[in-house]
Amino acid sequence: MSLSASQNRAGLALIAPASVLALLFLIAPLSSIFVLAFTDYQLGDRSLSFVGLKNFEALADDPTFWKSLTNTLIYSAVVVPGSMLLGLVSALLIDAGTSLRSFYRTAFFLPVMASLLAMAVVWEFMLHPSFGIVNATMKALGFAPHNWLKDGGIALYVLAVIGIWQSFGFNMVLFMAGLSAIPRDLYDAAEMDGTPNAWARFKLITWPLLAPVTVFVAVTSVIRSFQVFDTVHALTQGGPNKATEVLLYTIYAEGFEFFRSGHAAAITIVFIMLVVGVSLLRFVSLKKNGASA
Amino acid sequence: MMPRSFAASAFRHAALLSIATFALLPFAVMVSTSIKPANEIFSDTVRWWPQKLAMIENYSEAFSAAPLMLYLVNGVVVTAAIFFLQVLVALPAAYALAKLRFFGRHVAFGFVLFCLLIPYQAIAVPLFILLYYVGLLDSYSALVLPFTISVFGIFLMRQFFMGVPDDLVDAARMDGMSELSIVWRVMLPAAVPALTAFGVFSVVAHWNDYFWPLVAVSSDSYFTPPLGIMAFRNAEAGNDFGPLMAAATIIVAPLLALFLLAQRRFIEGIAFTGIK
Repeated sequence: MSLSASQNRAGLALIAPASVLALLFLIAPLSSIFVLAFTDYQLGDRSLSFVGLKNFEALADDPTFWKSLTNTLIYSAVVVPGSMLLGLVSALLIDAGTSLRSFYRTAFFLPVMASLLAMAVVWEFMLHPSFGIVNATMKALGFAPHNWLKDGGIALYVLAVIGIWQSFGFNMVLFMAGLSAIPRDLYDAAEMDGTPNAWARFKLITWPLLAPVTVFVAVTSVIRSFQVFDTVHALTQGGPNKATEVLLYTIYAEGFEFFRSGHAAAITIVFIMLVVGVSLLRFVSLKKNGASA
Repeated sequence: MMPRSFAASAFRHAALLSIATFALLPFAVMVSTSIKPANEIFSDTVRWWPQKLAMIENYSEAFSAAPLMLYLVNGVVVTAAIFFLQVLVALPAAYALAKLRFFGRHVAFGFVLFCLLIPYQAIAVPLFILLYYVGLLDSYSALVLPFTISVFGIFLMRQFFMGVPDDLVDAARMDGMSELSIVWRVMLPAAVPALTAFGVFSVVAHWNDYFWPLVAVSSDSYFTPPLGIMAFRNAEAGNDFGPLMAAATIIVAPLLALFLLAQRRFIEGIAFTGIK
């Protein structure tokens, strides 16, 4: 009994610093988001008043918000399948042979490690309309050059390509970890059973056994893609004409450029619901598969 | 059998090499441009190695045009301080959650799991307001303090500690060690692999973070490397590409060098923290 009393005291003492900091820097700010969203607060105001759902009504009528939400979803719909497919293909191809494995793995992982900001500046130079390497290649191949980041019809997709470039190596590493957990003799058994074709073996063994990893990679990729900000802020500033306006960028502009905290908080709640919703989907799918990742 | 496997291997390398080209092209362009004189950068012909090397000019121009050294030092100070404080706070909490029975343990762990779902950008607005009122904006504290609590670190270390045998803890208690010294003298040495993985995760995330430093500081004496490269680009009005690419190379190099030296650790660390 005395042990458990002393354990109780020790436990509470050991989590005390973490609890205080979590209260100060996580729980209090998170709760105040949900308060701020119902007020007219602007940074520096001495007082605030509750305005009910006014911020949300304003959002519903705000074309920039809808554009921002749509763009975020489009960006995600390109980057998630793109970076998952390229990550999976890379992992399978690397795993299929023995030579140069670590070279490829390292090369594909470099974009994950490099500061995206510095690399965004490099991409901007590569995409330069008059002396960038991308347009030089386009011309050499007989295609028309583009002003990639200034053309509202394609700028978002150009940012999505940078997003795929930056994140597929991360997915590759997760897929490789998943592949290494699949027992080799399953493939030998399948070959003996008369499934000689690599595609058939992939469908029969790899894909189903990789499912928990795939779900995990999908959820992580979606959440990361919702958080796109660096390339937008550095390269397009949401332009041209809101063509690359995304949620985090809108929150940033409202909260830290215009200091309309209440309005920013309302958009943040939409952002939180999206992210938490996707995370909860993962738990649902894990329960259904009875698997753990 | 032989020709088929030769063809398969050739296909494998052809496909992987084209993906490698996509992955490495920006790095090649960056380094190649950083050693070219301006007239070759603006010429029509694509040349990877310059006819006239301008490496020294570009790199010294980069260092003199902006305090790059200061940005790098800021990056090291901020990432190191964040990681050190995260470990100081997270390890005792993780040990308590894994090995001690105390009042509210399940609630506390529930909070950890809940907070894992929230990206920090979502609470940036109130954090900014908080720091504004206590007068800490635009300081090292603004860059470090909000990240001293890492629920991810607590979660990761707690999962790892669950696997440490209870006998080890009991033996230490028999020797009369306090719970706090068990954390630092018994658990910490046992947790080096998990701690390395967490270190990789934390350092990469905070060295490369752009959103929070952009919000939290405004004077360039506190700029971290990503802010520094943006300041450099905006000041150079975008057209002096040689020095700009030299600056980008300098900013990217430290972490990439570390990665190339210990790539197995890095990749395993990321896979470990990713899959949990």
